[in-house]
Amino acid sequence: MISLTHYLIVSALIFSVGLVGVLRRRNLLMLFFATEVMLNAVNIAFAAISHYYNDLTGQMFAFFVIAIAASEVAVGLGILIVLYKKHGSLDLDDLANMRG
Amino acid sequence: MYEIVAFYLFSALTIGLFLVTVMSKNVLYAMTSLAAGMVLISGFFFILGADFLGVVQLIVYVGAVMALYSFAMMFFDATKDIKEKNTNSGLVFLLGGLSALVLVLMFAAPIHSDAIQALYPMHEGVGNAQDVGIVLFTKYLIPFEVAAVMLLVAMIAGIILAGKKMDQSLTENTSADDEILTPKDAK
Repeated sequence: MISLTHYLIVSALIFSVGLVGVLRRRNLLMLFFATEVMLNAVNIAFAAISHYYNDLTGQMFAFFVIAIAASEVAVGLGILIVLYKKHGSLDLDDLANMRG
Repeated sequence: MYEIVAFYLFSALTIGLFLVTVMSKNVLYAMTSLAAGMVLISGFFFILGADFLGVVQLIVYVGAVMALYSFAMMFFDATKDIKEKNTNSGLVFLLGGLSALVLVLMFAAPIHSDAIQALYPMHEGVGNAQDVGIVLFTKYLIPFEVAAVMLLVAMIAGIILAGKKMDQSLTENTSADDEILTPKDAK
């Protein structure tokens, strides 16, 4: 039978995949994709805990995480478009202009 | 039985698709596999009995967020592969693997759940959507309103940031035109 531990481990693995993406990517759009992966992993853990403890609080938190992710994408894509207009690229190494 | 098959199928497919998202050089491949992985995550929500959350995941993530990303693809040049200078790739995989190991060890530890009790328990014989609605509009009303204001602020910020200088085209800059118009044998 599938227990809560199974879901939490799958969630941890997906979160680590997103973490590798955040550490590895140099393109800002791909960094956004990796953060989406991490947010989804956390949502799985919330829904699983909500199911196994028969409590609705986990699902509520998952709803707010989804709302925050949606607004993050809206603002973040606007900032990406402004950056692309200014620099012509989304690479973090090109954008780093504050070297000491 | 079905739950076991669905769980292992969904988890293997989700991890595989998200690995494609993280590793792929092509933006379109990454975005498509991210959308497919999000559909499968809504499958997780359905087998966990969180029907309303699954539907919201499908509508908001796969519908709205992915549509927003694919509209953003029109602004950026998505056809060419991304060149990334990956320094210390081995260190990144080592750190990611170590954090995965630590998280799995933490979550595999036994849970002593006697002291944990449900704050807002689900009701028997009431659908998930009704239950969610009751709790959301009584106990979580103020966070709900604040989330609505936050979405409004995000919408205005998105419009203002992306709407500046919309009359200028991004992709039709002169250098790209020169690149296309000059004959290939010039180099």
